[in-house]
Amino acid sequence: MEPAVHLRGAVSLLGRFPALAGVDLDVAPGEVVLLQGPNGAGKTTLLRCCAGLVAVTAGEATVLGHDLTVDRRAVRRRVGMLGHATGLYEDLTVADNVAFWSRAAGARRGDADAAMARLGLDGRLAAVAVHRLSAGQRRRTSLAVMLARRPELWLLDEPHAGLDQSGRDLVDGLVADAAAAGATVLIASHELERARAIAHRSVAVVGGATARTSPAERDHVA
Amino acid sequence: MNDSTASTGTRVLGSITLVGFAALLLFGLVLSPADAAQGELVRMMYVHVPTAFVAFGAFTVTVAASVAYLLRRTEWWDLVAHGSAEIGAVLLAATLVSGMLWGRPTWGVYWTWDARLTTTALLFVLVLGYLAVRRLPLDRDKRAGLAAVVGLLLLPTTIVCHYATTWWRTLHQGPTIARADPQIDGLLLFTLVLGLAVFALLYVWMMVHRFRVLYLEHRVEDLGLDTAIAERRREASGALATPRPATGPVT
Amino acid sequence: MWRDAALVAGKDLRLELRSRVAINQVAPFALLVLVLFAFALDPDRGILARATAGLYWVAVLFSAVLAVQRAFAVEVADGVRDGLRLSGLDPAGIFVGKVAALAAQLLVLEALLGLGVVVFYDADVAGMLLLVPTCLAATLGVAAAGSLYGILSAGLRVKETILPLLLLPVVAPVLVAATQAFEAGLSGPTSDGWRWLGLLIVFAAAYVGLGLTTFDLLLEES
Repeated sequence: MEPAVHLRGAVSLLGRFPALAGVDLDVAPGEVVLLQGPNGAGKTTLLRCCAGLVAVTAGEATVLGHDLTVDRRAVRRRVGMLGHATGLYEDLTVADNVAFWSRAAGARRGDADAAMARLGLDGRLAAVAVHRLSAGQRRRTSLAVMLARRPELWLLDEPHAGLDQSGRDLVDGLVADAAAAGATVLIASHELERARAIAHRSVAVVGGATARTSPAERDHVA
Repeated sequence: MNDSTASTGTRVLGSITLVGFAALLLFGLVLSPADAAQGELVRMMYVHVPTAFVAFGAFTVTVAASVAYLLRRTEWWDLVAHGSAEIGAVLLAATLVSGMLWGRPTWGVYWTWDARLTTTALLFVLVLGYLAVRRLPLDRDKRAGLAAVVGLLLLPTTIVCHYATTWWRTLHQGPTIARADPQIDGLLLFTLVLGLAVFALLYVWMMVHRFRVLYLEHRVEDLGLDTAIAERRREASGALATPRPATGPVT
Repeated sequence: MWRDAALVAGKDLRLELRSRVAINQVAPFALLVLVLFAFALDPDRGILARATAGLYWVAVLFSAVLAVQRAFAVEVADGVRDGLRLSGLDPAGIFVGKVAALAAQLLVLEALLGLGVVVFYDADVAGMLLLVPTCLAATLGVAAAGSLYGILSAGLRVKETILPLLLLPVVAPVLVAATQAFEAGLSGPTSDGWRWLGLLIVFAAAYVGLGLTTFDLLLEES
């Protein structure tokens, strides 16, 4: 089967800085892969490359069948990205934000409502402006936006950061459900214990390159 | 290898330009006659009109190169657009200053809000904005793309402004060259054309040098880039050599 | 494209409804500019009366800079720009939506300012037939040019200073043409004003056209 993500010698520049200096990565559809590595290793840039937000300047890069070196826009509407930023309009309410972003992606109204319910945002919080929310609540809203868009590739950058225990469990549940439904998931995380528990395998990213692949990681942890 | 941006071609071009300026001085200040109406002041024309023409030509090159850059995305067009705008700005400044010096004795004021003056002043401000975008601390490719769009956006404003101010008010004399006007003396006309040619040569000469300097600046940046990629790769292979990555043991 | 435009415009108007930045800050600023002109020129009531049209449009342009700054600050804050790029929204649609919402806000502002000049400057609003289309065309031109320079400058660290430097000279022809059309509409016979209206329409058409083709690029690059 064609891999969901295929990178071979991928190089990506942030200005004059080679954030990725030769990444090899193959991820099968439905697979959950943990990217681990020190700060500045290039994990975030790797995720942004897969989302089509950052250009791959050399090497091969194919995501969900789209050759990113030719066109990195077509893939965008099919991926969901959770980054350090929330991607929300501060002055709009939680419900407004989820409705706007999910409608932009062509999702049905029911998807937005279901996503908010799943993240525990369907009650009083729905009508609260985002700038009044706590960091954890914002993260839940971002996750609701992502869930409502029904992406085929989930790109999660430190998804557990800033969440309480129940929020973390919620993230793990979402990832498991997404993978079960056939979506592919890439997680960059420093919370290795937790991330390894949900990932099928982990890949080390160091100095802008993939260092090693360890299959069946989950079995060891379990 | 030569260690300057000059080559045989540019040296010849520069020499011709220099001789041209000597000839322009001779014709402009000595050989050409004083004007019946304006007297000696008419000699300002030999600087004022050519700089204006060449400056407008330079901005036309910038707009065209911006469009070409957006279509082709090659460094060459980016450098042409950049260099031409800089030289055009210098020439336009010369136009404005010489115009003021000319305006004071003929009109009695340095500046007036006549149509052509207004359009020219506005164009000068627009170009200053364009050059400000050129100096933004961004990635080279991003800056090139933004500058190309800004360069392209100059066009409609300049055109609309031209019509707006022409309808609005006009004090500046109409085009003297296009008109087959008997009032312009033969030698006067020749001097004016000579001025145009000399300033056009100056533009080309400066353009070649500016282009080469900009090109070399980019190459210096690229040198740093190769080193950076090499370093990044070493960082990666260094980590590979150690049995356990710094991120912690694999359980 | 139109669906996306309606979505974005609706979102912007809702955002204004919730935050009330335009009505609580930009509109009072515009009136303040009118009052400041009156302070500077009031001793001679004649000057104020003769300069009404020009002062009105200068106040509109200054306020437009603020409105543009606000309209695009929200689009780049906290990862929203990435969200827009991933959203699947047509960039031309985003442009049309932003222009429509901005134009709607500016028109409300212009109506308020119109009231202001009638009250403070004793202007006589006679030729409505010319004044209204002039406002519409000039506003469309300012909103289109403003949206282009707004997205261009919004992501830059020097956004506050570079936006007025780039935008004000670009919309200067609008100032000339709209002022002339207004003078014709306010005092003399309106026949001369139609020519100025035509020029405003050309300007608006040029910037809307350029926006539809280049907004995509500016959304990517800045």
